Amino acid sequence: MSQAAGGYYLPEPSKWPIIGSIGLFLMTGGFGLYLMGMSMITMYIGMAVLVYMLFGWFGTVIKESEGGLYNDQVDMSFRMSMGWFIFSEVMFFAAFFGALYYIRVFADPWLGGAGNNLMTHDWLYPEYTSTWPTNGPGNVGGDFQTMGAWGIPAINTLILLTSGATVTWAHWGLKKDNRSQLILGLFLTVALGFLFVGFQAYEYIHAYNDLNLKLTSGVYGSTFYMLTGFHGLHVTIGAIMLLVMLFRSMKGHFTHENHFAFEAAAWYWHFVDVVWLGLFIFVYWLV
Amino acid sequence: MTATTHEEHHDEIPTGIKRWLFTTNHKDIGTMYLWFSFIMLLIGGLFALVIRAELFQPGMQVVDPNFFNMMTTLHGLVMVFGAIMPAFVGLANWQIPLMVGAPDMALPRMNNWSFWILPFAGFMLLAPMFVGGNFASGQGPAFGWTFYEPLSGQYDKLVFFVFAVHLLGFSSIMGSINIIATILNMRAPGMTLMKMPMFVWTWLITAFLLIAVMPVLAGVVTMMLTDKYFGTSFFDAAGGGDPVLFQHVFWFFGHPEVYIMILPAFGVVSEIIPTFARKKLFGYASMVYATASIAFLSFIVWAHHMFTVGMPVAGELYFMYATVLIAVPTGVKVFNWISTMYRGSMTYEIPMLWALCFVILFTIGGFSGLMLGVAPADFQYHDTYFVVAHFHYVLVSGSLFGLFAGVYYWLPKWTGNMYSNGLAQLHFWLSTIAMNLTFFPMHFTGLAGMPRRYADYPLQFTEFNVMSSVGAFMFGFSQLIFLWLVIKTIKGGEKATDRVWEGSHGLEWTIPSPAPYHSFTTAPEVK
Ligand SMILES: [Cu+2]
Repeated sequence: MSQAAGGYYLPEPSKWPIIGSIGLFLMTGGFGLYLMGMSMITMYIGMAVLVYMLFGWFGTVIKESEGGLYNDQVDMSFRMSMGWFIFSEVMFFAAFFGALYYIRVFADPWLGGAGNNLMTHDWLYPEYTSTWPTNGPGNVGGDFQTMGAWGIPAINTLILLTSGATVTWAHWGLKKDNRSQLILGLFLTVALGFLFVGFQAYEYIHAYNDLNLKLTSGVYGSTFYMLTGFHGLHVTIGAIMLLVMLFRSMKGHFTHENHFAFEAAAWYWHFVDVVWLGLFIFVYWLV
Repeated sequence: MTATTHEEHHDEIPTGIKRWLFTTNHKDIGTMYLWFSFIMLLIGGLFALVIRAELFQPGMQVVDPNFFNMMTTLHGLVMVFGAIMPAFVGLANWQIPLMVGAPDMALPRMNNWSFWILPFAGFMLLAPMFVGGNFASGQGPAFGWTFYEPLSGQYDKLVFFVFAVHLLGFSSIMGSINIIATILNMRAPGMTLMKMPMFVWTWLITAFLLIAVMPVLAGVVTMMLTDKYFGTSFFDAAGGGDPVLFQHVFWFFGHPEVYIMILPAFGVVSEIIPTFARKKLFGYASMVYATASIAFLSFIVWAHHMFTVGMPVAGELYFMYATVLIAVPTGVKVFNWISTMYRGSMTYEIPMLWALCFVILFTIGGFSGLMLGVAPADFQYHDTYFVVAHFHYVLVSGSLFGLFAGVYYWLPKWTGNMYSNGLAQLHFWLSTIAMNLTFFPMHFTGLAGMPRRYADYPLQFTEFNVMSSVGAFMFGFSQLIFLWLVIKTIKGGEKATDRVWEGSHGLEWTIPSPAPYHSFTTAPEVK
């Protein structure tokens, strides 16, 4: 192929995409089969295939990058792609935040008879008074208590904000070619990230055992767990990305001008940080 | 790059199945997208013919009602997600690098992945249809392509539907990211944004829409999944949720989705009309701004699909006015096309026939859309065949005809051969006549009150339904002419010149026909 020095790098044909498709198919299809009452083995095989693909594909990209095959234009393609990918993630969360907003501002008051819904209320749910948090007129999941904002969630906010600072500090280190600062900064960020996930897990256990706040606790439980759960998943993914960057830094990858992968992981980290602030305000605080 | 490296690396095209499985070439991937979408068009068309066979006369003749519902559902889903969208991505893959002077798409491996997710997603969507061993007892989705809750929540194979949508969305998002990166980062030196071909502009904006709304679609199907299998209450009023929430989130995706399916067609038509009118596109800048305005407005009009759901009057009014506002930028486009043709030296080659037909018939669909956008009137039209007529005028004579126009315009560039004019004329005229025969009567059945998605109807609607059914079968079989024409053109025919059309402009016409496997390895200069 045409990849003379200075040209835009065009990769050779690659087996990784089709392997990725097979992995995705087996994982999702296998999960479907599990919900249909079969074993989870297909799903696990799919996950294994996906992990194999991720190692292989990213491994290839890292080799190409370290081999100096990517010029500035390729770097810009990667930057744009990561930016737009994060935008797509923002929109995914927007769907769930939008649902929360709609339920709180419109649907729940209407169930209680607001607007022009008085008759519906009287006929269907005369006993129900609109309130938040709610598990609806059916008291679905039984009585529950909510998670206070100023306990673990506030600590978690502090943790994530600090980790945003440490990852920036690591970036400064990288730009100054100060490798020990880079490695220490990344290590702290990853540690804080996993600490956050740990606290979150502890909080979930507490909610299930002591507050009777479950995924099945009506629409409050639904929005609470889906928003915080997807966020927690993204924190985990972001922390794994940063962990990879940590290993790469220790192996001597990245230079002060060529370190897109690090920046991509950092952008992603800031993104989960910002989402968390939204969660803290709209899910925990403004109850 | 020097000539020698060029020689060395101009390696042979890989052969066999591996070429297609592993390819990182935008032309190969474009070809796969186009063939995949054509196969899906035939499958979705087959489903439509089952519907039209059943509706040929009142009473139940051909299929049972559940199977009928399955057909309406899968017809819509297959056409939207399997035929129209991938076909435009196929055009984008082939054309955008050629039109901006890039050596390939920005991220060629991811490009391959975007395509190769599709067949798996299609399989996951369609496979439940075969559960039970025969069609009649098939368990495909049967809740309409808009999969409204709470009906869709009762479907016991819902998880496969949900994951099919997730995979399709994943594919679309990656494809769109690639398109945006290619357009913003890979243009030839000198090609400023406002010098880009209109097709490239419309795809840039379409890709933005896709990245913005496909994740929302993924979100709403995820809520369906957890509602059904994990006990959440998003769409269940007993738990404080609301089935109407589903409609809001769905249509927040759904309305931009219709522009995703039409904007690239606008782009194709904006390429073709100047070529055959031998004039520059009238009002290029206003075309760009109109496209951007349409995209912006598409985010704030979604509830016009829900006028009868019981919204507050303020909501009805707002969504009505915002919707009707879209007619302004759309009108700008239509008038620009007409002004481009005004006093042009017009000739009527095949792509131009499709483009003209597009302008006229799409405008009919646009007008019926305006009628539907007027809230008080919509209470009469809602969920009738008038709606079906409207969106088939924009999706068949809009999106699909735009696609045909594009294929007939660029096919000589792709294959190096001219196609048979006689066959192409036959395809065009049969399709156009059949399309109108199928869908025009639906305006009348709809206004008279025939509801959509029913397997049976009262006697008084018979004549119009007979017309629609005859037209549908005509339309369906006409597409086999197209298939034959394309295969014939690939195999051989009169050699096409580089420029192909006398009045064509743009970088894609400066390279040989057929376009070599690697093109613009050295970026051209645009003045
Ligand atoms: Cu709409």
